[in-house]
Amino acid sequence: MVESALIGIPLVIALYIFVLAIFVGFEVITKVPPTLHTPLMSGANAISGITIIGAMVVVGPRDANLAVVLGFVALVLATINVVGGFMVTDRMLQMFRRRPGEGA
Amino acid sequence: MELFEGINLYIQYVYLASAVLFIFGIKLLGSPATARRGNFLAALGMFIAIVATLVNEEVLNYEMIAIGIAIGAVIGAVLARTIKMTAMPQMVAIFNGVGGGASAVIAVSEFARISDGDISVEGYIKLTIMLGVLIGFVTLTGSLIAFAKLQDLMTTRPVTYPLQNIVSGLMFLAILGMIVYLVGFEFNIYVFYALVALSLILGIQLVIPIGGADMPVVISLLNSYSGVAAAAAGFALGNLALIVSGALVGAAGLILTNIMTKAMNRSLANVVFGAFGAVTSSGPVAVETRTARSVGAEDAAVMLAYARSVIFVPGYGLAVAQAQHQVRELADLLEGKGVRVKYAIHPVAGRMPGHMNVLLAEANVPYDELYDLDEINDDFRNTDVAVVIGANDVTNPAARDQPDSPVYGMPILNVDQAQHVIVLKRSMSPGFAGIDNDLFFKDNTRMLFGDARRSVTSLVSEVKGL
Repeated sequence: MVESALIGIPLVIALYIFVLAIFVGFEVITKVPPTLHTPLMSGANAISGITIIGAMVVVGPRDANLAVVLGFVALVLATINVVGGFMVTDRMLQMFRRRPGEGA
Repeated sequence: MELFEGINLYIQYVYLASAVLFIFGIKLLGSPATARRGNFLAALGMFIAIVATLVNEEVLNYEMIAIGIAIGAVIGAVLARTIKMTAMPQMVAIFNGVGGGASAVIAVSEFARISDGDISVEGYIKLTIMLGVLIGFVTLTGSLIAFAKLQDLMTTRPVTYPLQNIVSGLMFLAILGMIVYLVGFEFNIYVFYALVALSLILGIQLVIPIGGADMPVVISLLNSYSGVAAAAAGFALGNLALIVSGALVGAAGLILTNIMTKAMNRSLANVVFGAFGAVTSSGPVAVETRTARSVGAEDAAVMLAYARSVIFVPGYGLAVAQAQHQVRELADLLEGKGVRVKYAIHPVAGRMPGHMNVLLAEANVPYDELYDLDEINDDFRNTDVAVVIGANDVTNPAARDQPDSPVYGMPILNVDQAQHVIVLKRSMSPGFAGIDNDLFFKDNTRMLFGDARRSVTSLVSEVKGL
């Protein structure tokens, strides 16, 4: 049976999860109104910075080799994506206000 | 490796919680009232995933991780705090690029690890490594070119040369051939280097022929790619958190791409391969014989102040002129006089999806006054005055009424149906599509010529004086 490198789960299961996640994504994201499309994109962008945990695993071993050096580069890039992405999204969202005096 | 045992099993549970938080976070982004909380939940999901990964038995190199995260966090935070809202598309382009780059570099390091240790792995692992390299590096260089175009570091016109699409096609075939070779036959380091190089070049090649006005599509597409690249890295590493998150982002980018191409009445293939706007002077230039009527700020102010309802139609020209705050001031004055004010926002009004909404929100325009195309299009006919500021092609009635027009079929705002229309414009020059806008010549249309910001400022002082 074909198994994936680290966790030892079959490829077909990983594919199932991938495909179902795409469907969940379509369902949830189509409901986001056009007003919020820019924050949606920058927020999704920050989420794609999840590669940060992949980079951490690659940097993991203590012996310095090419893989670790590359992992370090990936770690810096992914952190920029995560920290910058969530912060700029928050900065945008706090600007969205209702008309003052009309309910809370 | 037995990673579904002991501590690593618990890490998987935390990743599952992260995925749930991401999905809930995006769900809460569905309303401006809850969106901030949604973003916070997604950030929390990321945080717990990072903490959980630290206890992974393979992760020992804490100094290096701390240094890497510190460097990235400082750069990200400074960028996020200092960027101007008008520059948000460039910012997202850069973030797409670094995200794709990170995934690609992870794929390269997995290749290095496998070929160094001479570890034999299944074919699909190799395949996902190659896909991660290809998509990730295309995202990286493609995003850098998009950034350069948006930042005016290079021409925003399409850069084209003969047989461009054929060259792209050949490059793509060569890349496919290399992937087949690397996965199916031999893990050759030089072929791999060539794959990396060609992927980087392909990213440039694919984005340079795309014009500035099509950037909303390009950014959305690259956003999708960055997600797919993360998912590919997830398959290569066998990491479910990466696979799920990558799928979510891939879907988000694809939906936004689809919305943008629909709003432009173009197919994705046409945007990517069409080099729209490359030749603006094809065919004889029709000499315009009709005349538009102009109006002064004083008369325009009277029209606005004594209207019952006004709809502002902002386009990117408004953002370029930095007139958002003046428009908001004008709207406040009119509301003070009992005028009902709304804003009509076309999907491609900015340089990325939803960009105009952010710019108006920054100028303190309440979000419940912002309406998109479908919500407001029936309101124009019951509106006294529509004010078009820095928008052109998206208001051209020819797109609705004249099947022979190049813009025919593009969804437009029905500005011409308002009782009166005031168009703020610098001159009579055509919009990006290079065609005349029939709206300017209609009986109920008046042109207020001049810089948008100065025109709105004079409208403000005229309304104040009434």
